[in-house]
Parts: sequence; C-alpha cells; structure tokens
Amino acid sequence: MSTLLHVSGLGKRFGGFVALDGVELEVQEGERLGLIGPNGSGKSTLVNCICGTLRNEQGHVEFAGEKLDGLSAHQRTRRGIARSFQLPRPFGTLSLLENVRIPILYTVNARHGGQHLHGGAIEARCHEMLEQVGLAAKAEQRPRDLTQIEMRKLELARAMAAAPKLLIADEVMAGLSHAEVDEIIALLIRLNGQGVTVIMIEHIMRAVMEFSQRLAVLVAGKKIADGQPKDIVRDPEVVRAYLGE
Amino acid sequence: MVSLADKPIPTGHATGIGQLPFAAALIAIAIALFLAGRLLGNSYAFFAGYVVVQYIVLGTAWNILGGYTGYVNFGITAFFAIGAYSSVVWHKLTPGMPLPVMVVIGGVLAALVGLGTGYLTLRLRGVFFSIATLALAVVVQTLITNWDFVGGARGAYVIRPRVAPLIGGDYIQYLCLIMLGLCVIVLVTARAIERSALGYGFAAIRDDEAAAEAAGVPTLRLKLIATALSGGFMGMAGAPLPYYVTYLDPSSGFSLNYAVNAIAMPLIGGTSNWLGPVIGGVLVGGLQEYIRVTISSAANVLVAGLLLVIFVIIAPQGIVGLFEARRRRRR
Repeated sequence: MSTLLHVSGLGKRFGGFVALDGVELEVQEGERLGLIGPNGSGKSTLVNCICGTLRNEQGHVEFAGEKLDGLSAHQRTRRGIARSFQLPRPFGTLSLLENVRIPILYTVNARHGGQHLHGGAIEARCHEMLEQVGLAAKAEQRPRDLTQIEMRKLELARAMAAAPKLLIADEVMAGLSHAEVDEIIALLIRLNGQGVTVIMIEHIMRAVMEFSQRLAVLVAGKKIADGQPKDIVRDPEVVRAYLGE
Repeated sequence: MVSLADKPIPTGHATGIGQLPFAAALIAIAIALFLAGRLLGNSYAFFAGYVVVQYIVLGTAWNILGGYTGYVNFGITAFFAIGAYSSVVWHKLTPGMPLPVMVVIGGVLAALVGLGTGYLTLRLRGVFFSIATLALAVVVQTLITNWDFVGGARGAYVIRPRVAPLIGGDYIQYLCLIMLGLCVIVLVTARAIERSALGYGFAAIRDDEAAAEAAGVPTLRLKLIATALSGGFMGMAGAPLPYYVTYLDPSSGFSLNYAVNAIAMPLIGGTSNWLGPVIGGVLVGGLQEYIRVTISSAANVLVAGLLLVIFVIIAPQGIVGLFEARRRRRR
C-alpha cells in the first residue's frame, strides 16, 4: 500500500483563533479512516484545507505524490479528492440527474488522459450514480422533494460522480435514524470495496467504530491520537478530551 | 395504465429541436418580420421595432450573467454606452466604417471591460457584486462626460446616411435589420449555452458556488466568461444607438431606463431560459412603445416598474416559470 494523502504541519488561523496547529495525517490507498473530535476541534477546517475550500497558512497537503499548495478546490477535485458537505448543498434548481451530471462534465470529462464521456454515456453514468445510492426512482425530481437521508445520499452520489480516489464524508450521518446510519455505512463500505479511499468524519461512535480501520482524533486543532479504533477509545487522553477530567 | 408520470421526463435542457434548425427558424422569423415591416411601408414600425428588438438583446445579454449564473448586474448602461460611444469615436475617425464592423468593435470593447470588471469584482458575492457594477456605471459615465472628443456633457451629433446601404430604403430599416441579426446571434448563443456544459456550470454557480467548486467547476473562469459575453452583447446592442438617436449625450446614453428595462424584462419573462427575455422584451417593450404613442411619453416608464412589482408578487419565476410550474404539476 502506498500513501495517498499526506498532510504535514498543517496550520490554519481565523484571526487570533488557532483552528489547526501542526496537524500531521497520513492516509494509505484503499484505507477507511475515521476522523473524530469534539465540536469545534477543527475537523471540518481540516477537510476544507485538504479540499482547497480554505487556504492553510502553514504546512502542506500532498495527494498522490503531488503538492496541492495553491491549487483551488476544483483543481483538487479533478485530481481525485471529492467531498460531501456537512450540511447538504445540492444544486437546488437542477434535477437529481443534473446534480450528478455536473461533476461528470467538469471533473471526469476535464481530466487529462482520462476517458471522456459523451451524450448517452453521460446520461447512463448519471443514472448509475443515482442507482448506487438508491435514488434512481427520483432522478427527475428536485432536491427540495427529498428527505434528509436522501439529501445525504445525493451528496454522496455527487461526490462519487467525480470518480474520486479519495472521498471525504463530512458528517453524512448526523440526524439520521439507526437504520439509516446502517444504510449509509453499508454504502460507504461498498464504495471503499470499489477501491475508493474514504475519510469519515463522524460523531456517531457506533458508525465510526463499525466503519473505520484506523482512527485519528483532533482536539483543539491538534491531533492527539492516531491508531487502532479499539485502542483509541481507551486512550486516556481521548477520554479526557471527550468527557473531561 | 400508462400515465404521463411513468414516462421519463425530459429535463428542460435537452428538449426541442437542434441548434441549426433553431437558428434557421429564428433567421426565418427575423426576415419575415423585416419584410412585413417593409410591406407596411411605415417607418414608425421600424423605429418601434428597433427599440423592442434592442431590449430583447439587452435583456438576453443581462440574463446570461444575471439569470444563468445569478450575478445581478446593475451596470448595464456602462456596457451599453461603451458600445454606443465606441461608434461615436469611429464615426468621427473613419466615417465610412460599415456599421456591422462598429458593432463588433463595440462588442469587443465592452467584453474586455466586462472581463476586467469581472476579474476585479467577481470575488464579491451577491449584493456586493451588484453594488460594484453600479459603481462601474457611474465611473464610465463620469469618464465619458469629461471626454471632449466624444462631445463630453454637450453630447455628439451623428448624422445618419439618408439611404440604407445594400438594402436601399430608409436608413432606419438598415438599423433594424442589424439589430434583428444581432438578436438572432444573441438568442442562438444563449440557447446553446443552456444546453452545453457551460450552462450546467453556470447553473451550478447560481445554486451553490462552494458546491460547484467541489464538483470541479472552475467558478471564477466561468463567471468571467459570463461577464465578458454578457457585457459584450450589451456593447453590441449599444453600438448602433448613435445612428438611431442621431444625437447622443451622456444623460441619454446612460439613461436609467436601459438598466431598468434590461433587468425587468428577463424577470418578467423568466430568467431560467432564453425565451424569458424574449417574452418580457416583446411584452414590456411593445407596451411601452404603445403607451408612448397613445398616452404619453412619460407614462411608458411606469410600465416596467408596475409590471415588475406585479410579477414579483404573483409570478416570481416570470411567465416562463409560470408555465413550467404548470407543466410540472400536470405530470
């Protein structure tokens, strides 16, 4: 296995507030990593810095052997990093089919040397993407007709339509029922089985433990632990961060 | 039983005839309108027709940025007047230059200004972008007002030839024909954008810019394309203006009417596709011309404002939106 994502010495400030402080993170190809931490610990900021939504002041993000410094979000998506947003951000005036069409047009078809899709092939791929998350029947509807879980699935379908090497799922299960959480976990594990590396950010510990092969813990912008899930949850420092002294 | 709901519903983008038949149909309509005007033999018909068609062009141009990408541009008069004053300059420098060439030059200049302002202002979102475009209109107007060569605040006289080149007859017929041709080009472009990857990218930007970036859409580049196209077409619409009015001064070239109408027409007709600005242009422009003649030349200003208020309340998606909603309900 080779390293797919390498984050080194990452630092990000918002004014005087240090959101991330010297974060180191390595993710291997094909791995399922769980990223946890209390609210405000910098998880989403880390995701935003990896994806290029925010610019980090210190440190580097290296993806598939290439430094991503200075690249904008869409350039990183084209290199193979896809994400879902914590609060679903669908394209509201477009149908579900068109929602997944955009990453195909702008990512899959914009990659150099990649296979470019045309006309019917794009259409077929859009349907396939919605099929994968079980939204095929609603292909022509608008996002506002969807339920919460369907909205999360659309986020995942849109991220997957970009045919990424790395998928970052930012709290896709928040607010979902027990059965729905299981459904999403199964979906993520299936995607991982197809060769996609997955970073899952989550508060629902049951989901994290079930999904992750490795856990990394962020507290107040610092990574305090990284290792086997069963060891991490017993780590006194992690317990203290979550439960206090 | 097979109902309508069972059928795959074509999404707005992929329905209807191809690009070439569409362009051919538009050209046929434009020629038919022009010939009808000639048969009528009434030069007022051409004067009124010119204004309506000009508004369709302006409205469609505005819609490429405002409707498709969701960036509201209030600086319409800046682009429009750049086209108009570029013609004044060429008229003075090389009086023999054919009008279509002036239209192209005016368009290119306005597109460049659009590109420049876009680069400086498109990092601003929502209302802040709109305010910046408003400032652009003021800046350009101030520059023109203080530029003596094009008449400054006094204005410039542009004497139009008595007879139209190529087609003969009154010169206004020639102006009208050029505006019709421009209208065909703009509408074909707008419709082509809607159906292309560009159109999907614009729509993604309009709906959620961060999500668009995450989906691989190069948002800044697309917004620059939209601003340049939109500004360029506005400049082209303005280029024949000096020949139409024969006397152009800053207060008429930068008249608020152009800005209000160019925004009101797509909003009334519908911003989601190319047909909206056409419906809005014909409806509002036609009504204005009618009222200008029958009631008063001041009352026509009221039309756009009143219709806009009515439509914002009863049909915020415009006339096209009204029909689309009905069609969707029927399914």
